[in-house]
Amino acid sequence: MTGLLSSLSELLPMPGELAGILLLSLFVSGVAILVSMLVGVPAGIFLGLHRFPGRGFLVTLVNTGMGLPPVVVGLFVFLLLARSGPLGGLDLLYTPWAMVLAQVVIATPLVVGITLAAIQGLDARLHLQILSLGASTGQLYWKLVKEARLSLVAALAAGFGSIISEVGAVMMVGGNIKGQTRVMTTAIVLQTRQGEFANAIVLGTILLALALGINWLFTWVQQRQKA
Amino acid sequence: MSLLSLEGVEVVREGRTILSLPRLEVREKEVLAVVGPTGAGKSTLLRVLHFLDRPEAGVLEWRGERVPWPAPLAIRRRISMTFQDPLLLSGTTYDNVFYGLHLRGHNGHDARERVMAALRLFHVEHLADQRARTLSGGEAQRTALARAVVLSPELLLLDEPFAALDAPIRKHLLEELKQAVRARGISCVYVTHEQSEAFSIADRIAVLRRGRLLQAGTPEEVLLRPLSRAVARFMQTGNILPGVVSSRTEALSEVRVGPCLLFSRTALAEGTPVDACIRREEILVEAPGEASPAPGLNRFRGTVEAVVDLGSTMQVRIDAGFAGLPAPGPHHAPRRARPLAEAWRRGPRDVLGGLRPPHSPRRKRNR
Repeated sequence: MTGLLSSLSELLPMPGELAGILLLSLFVSGVAILVSMLVGVPAGIFLGLHRFPGRGFLVTLVNTGMGLPPVVVGLFVFLLLARSGPLGGLDLLYTPWAMVLAQVVIATPLVVGITLAAIQGLDARLHLQILSLGASTGQLYWKLVKEARLSLVAALAAGFGSIISEVGAVMMVGGNIKGQTRVMTTAIVLQTRQGEFANAIVLGTILLALALGINWLFTWVQQRQKA
Repeated sequence: MSLLSLEGVEVVREGRTILSLPRLEVREKEVLAVVGPTGAGKSTLLRVLHFLDRPEAGVLEWRGERVPWPAPLAIRRRISMTFQDPLLLSGTTYDNVFYGLHLRGHNGHDARERVMAALRLFHVEHLADQRARTLSGGEAQRTALARAVVLSPELLLLDEPFAALDAPIRKHLLEELKQAVRARGISCVYVTHEQSEAFSIADRIAVLRRGRLLQAGTPEEVLLRPLSRAVARFMQTGNILPGVVSSRTEALSEVRVGPCLLFSRTALAEGTPVDACIRREEILVEAPGEASPAPGLNRFRGTVEAVVDLGSTMQVRIDAGFAGLPAPGPHHAPRRARPLAEAWRRGPRDVLGGLRPPHSPRRKRNR
């Protein structure tokens, strides 16, 4: 406990750096989950509503993607963005955008999978009823989002939780560069490697508190809607 | 005038034809009841009529104009539908009824008035602020009807809307619906497997079985002149007696059924195999000692085989030398079989109404 406090006091003189790491973590994971929701929710609704050749294969891909090892994602995004890779010209490697991309790849299957389950959990005729009341395709999707919103908050929480705590992929594509791509998880790894366990514990505690706070917010929103 | 018509429509699911309709039309301001047993393709037909299911083949025409696929939103919005379950959305009763108007961009005072009028019409205005998913079965169904009617559709499609409700509520709601539809001049397709519901609301009845249209016509035509044995059975004719036209005069066909001769006004050639369809309620049972009404045809002597007490009426099974005929017993009939036994006859209409050749070209055309 004394170690914790002294460690915190050591960090406090440089609150700017800590705040920077914290904000970058929130920015990278926030943008990633936003993109994942924007892509994953319509994709999950589409898979839930339509039957077409190859749908089963796509669902299998999504289910596999839900358990994708972050290190493997990091490897593929690294190869994609490396100078000799297909998107090397964009010069995104070791930038926060590379980290966002990696986290989008990790979170999107989770969002698609949970949305798909949510849509399949609704009455199969509900979308026909909405269409029969005169909804366009866009209006139908929006209404289904509203009808399945409790599950979609769960998708948001699961997706965000998986990427805010992820370290392998962001380390590989971000490089843990001080002041540029260092986030909470990579900072914890660094402190641990340097033997600064007290600092690592403080950062870990802050990360846990952050995750707890955000999940509390999601749960509050979810339960309020349920009521 | 035809509002919506189908031509050559085929719906195939998992290699099985579940709907095959050479032609069917919904006329303006009519109530068309679609009846048939479970699995007849009734619900599929409604989804096709609402452009929610794409048929594998066929043409749909709205007011004489071919409708492409996917159907334009403007046409879909002239139709509304309720399903067997109310399928209410989250939110209040008011939100549910308002939703369709909101989709059409009607959000003002006028829209609110329309919603309240629809809620009043189905007696659920006092539930406007209640969460829709907490409503009882009857309340939810009324809300679903209000939600469909508030849109003032040109065509209203109803898929067994009262199937899950108790008989008294069903009867009451059916009456309310009938009034609402007639007062607004809305065309309506009403799917049911309840014959009585169909007859109480329909201008025309279409009988479906295994995805095929067996007959479409006025209630009287379908009831009294079934074109197939399946229609006769579904209409609970009661007595379908295979026979042969043994001779015919200008006015009557004489039909041999077992050892007996029946007489019908249906004109058929001699030697034609037929099914004589005699509705239970057209049979009059008389004990030998009772005073006889005016003489007539189609009278047979028989023996009572069984009497079933149905409460307000009794059903009597009589062997008259051919198949036993269930007949309604008179209200004052004693509850033992013997006093009723020994004699029965048809009347007061002396001539059979329903007589159909089972293998006639007409029947084949209509299958």
